[in-house]
Amino acid sequence: MSGADKIAVTVTDIVPLNELVTRFEFRRTDGGLLPTFSGGAHTVVEMRDGDITRMNPYSLMSDPMDQTAYCISVRRDDEGRGGSLFMHNKVAVGDEMVISYPVNLFSLDLRAKKHLFLAGGIGITPFMAQIKQLERFNCRWELHYACRSKDLGSYADELSAHHPNETHIYYDDQKQAIDLVNLLDGQPLGTHVYVCGPKGMIDWVRNTAKAEGWPREAIHYEEFLAPKPGKPFEVKLAISNKVIQVGEQESLLEAMEREGVDAPYLCRGGACGQCETRVIDYAGNFIHRDHWLDDAEHASGEKIMPCVSRFEGKTLVLDR
Amino acid sequence: MTIQFNDETFRDDYSFHNSEWAIKRFPFPFHEDSYMYSVNMEQHRGGPDGSVFEKRFDVDEHYVSEMKDRALVLADDPLRCQSLPHMTLAGWDLLELIMVSKSEDYPDLFELHRDGNAWRWINKPLGIDHSFTFLDEATLPYGPMEYITRQAQGDFAVLDQRDDNLWMDAGMVTTQADWSLDFDIGMNFFEWHAPVPLAHEKGIFVRALKFLLNIQQGSPARRLNWTMTVNPLLDTSPENYHKWGIQKTTLTPENIGAKQHLRVELQTFFRLPRSNALVFPIRCYLCSFQDLMTVPKWGRRLHRVIRDLPDELATYKGFIDNRPLMLDYLSKFDDGLPTSPGIWPDLDVEPALQK
Repeated sequence: MSGADKIAVTVTDIVPLNELVTRFEFRRTDGGLLPTFSGGAHTVVEMRDGDITRMNPYSLMSDPMDQTAYCISVRRDDEGRGGSLFMHNKVAVGDEMVISYPVNLFSLDLRAKKHLFLAGGIGITPFMAQIKQLERFNCRWELHYACRSKDLGSYADELSAHHPNETHIYYDDQKQAIDLVNLLDGQPLGTHVYVCGPKGMIDWVRNTAKAEGWPREAIHYEEFLAPKPGKPFEVKLAISNKVIQVGEQESLLEAMEREGVDAPYLCRGGACGQCETRVIDYAGNFIHRDHWLDDAEHASGEKIMPCVSRFEGKTLVLDR
Repeated sequence: MTIQFNDETFRDDYSFHNSEWAIKRFPFPFHEDSYMYSVNMEQHRGGPDGSVFEKRFDVDEHYVSEMKDRALVLADDPLRCQSLPHMTLAGWDLLELIMVSKSEDYPDLFELHRDGNAWRWINKPLGIDHSFTFLDEATLPYGPMEYITRQAQGDFAVLDQRDDNLWMDAGMVTTQADWSLDFDIGMNFFEWHAPVPLAHEKGIFVRALKFLLNIQQGSPARRLNWTMTVNPLLDTSPENYHKWGIQKTTLTPENIGAKQHLRVELQTFFRLPRSNALVFPIRCYLCSFQDLMTVPKWGRRLHRVIRDLPDELATYKGFIDNRPLMLDYLSKFDDGLPTSPGIWPDLDVEPALQK
């Protein structure tokens, strides 16, 4: 079986936070307790939208110790393939859904003397749970959170009110920006840095930290990509002996699942490496979008991550 | 109580013994007539009724005596139990996992009553009735990992997960097959497996690590491993090699059936929820050759496996010098008949020894 174990849940609360972001609360449909989790974990939410089943990962943002309910926050993406639009427009309180057990690919390093969080936009969500976890054990942390404007700063007010000394908010529309070099320079020995946000922000933090001499192991990042739509293409699956069509609005992984091919996955966002698939033959161009494979592997034409990457061309044969 | 606990020793007079029940459920590790390393993992979600795979943490007739032996080892050498400072949360995770599992799987032996963080733990076989505050170390006589693993059979390696690797950052190790927690503490997966022959070249550890890093909450896994031990010793540690190593030279054709034991580890793997660490319980089962030979299929198969094992493995597992003596003994129980596939005794279908 692929992916983590599943839990049947009921949507018990839906709270629009602002123009773009809405929070959803899930409780177990059977009334039991949910598993505890570690801050930074995500759950994969299954969305049955007519004939299409989408499975999108969302960071758990509720208190990891609270087993009565899980919360996620979903940012509406009008350009995306429809997962976030489905959550925003079609999900109602009382709906039954299926989510996965928590999976953590963005864990706290518990050796850290201090945890320095850098969030961009909706990237705030994993830190919400991590902050609750660290508060429980009186650990030292600090948050620097960049958002577009006051109106779009999800949870900025709540965080500032509860943790005025630890929380620093930066509004783009007021030309405020994190002074990263100075910030890194002032950190005590044993600090670990965590960044979650758009790719540009992650690259900026990683590159700056590297240039400032920070050890690679002390910089943690999570960037889940949503699969992007693209031109339809055809794939031959050698082991299953099937030729399948990947539609404009679905990922290669979703197309395989639709055809009953059991392909491994965890994050469905190009990060965890679980779905890595060997390319047997191809004639055309890969559109690699993951950040699991390195540049050389992308150029080699030997591997593809079917959760986010696509293909344009005549022939693609995969070892599945 | 459903289990009659043995009063027995794993040292000095070696009064350890298996009942007929324990022999029949012994986790014989060979599913075919030969052996080579493999990443032989499967889901740890129950197994046949009464088998060692059925419960999350198997409790058997040796429980009380094994816990007494653990206390003796720890009294002599406290470094058998270590937990680096960042592993305390994982220790609580483990305490919760074991208490919840045992109280659900053996309600007649263990009880757990929880009211928020006010917990009461009752362990009837060991006569413990303890109320404490979950996540408050001051309310336990030991750290959480030490507290619960003094009440659970088998060794426990608690592995931190970071930088795409696993780190041996905590553990309770008193029943080990010749490895040392004190030596391995803080090492990563490749470092602590460095002494194992052949497996690195086969890429076993790269694949095994990938599998382990992806073990998820709610989906534990298991595998069997094995070695040989002369006399029913739980503590075959490097620290005490000077005491037990010499005993390997005491085997004779007359005493080998009783003294030579097949040592099998049931290794399980659980993701720990609050810490995202991985716990690796290593449960040791011992069975003498003469008891194993009461199962005709196992007699035939053990002879063939030991006979054909590569020298490197017989050396690594520490019985290369005794192999001729073992084969003289085991060959008497191999009549050349075929064996049924799988590890189970199959007493109903496998013929009795034909010689």
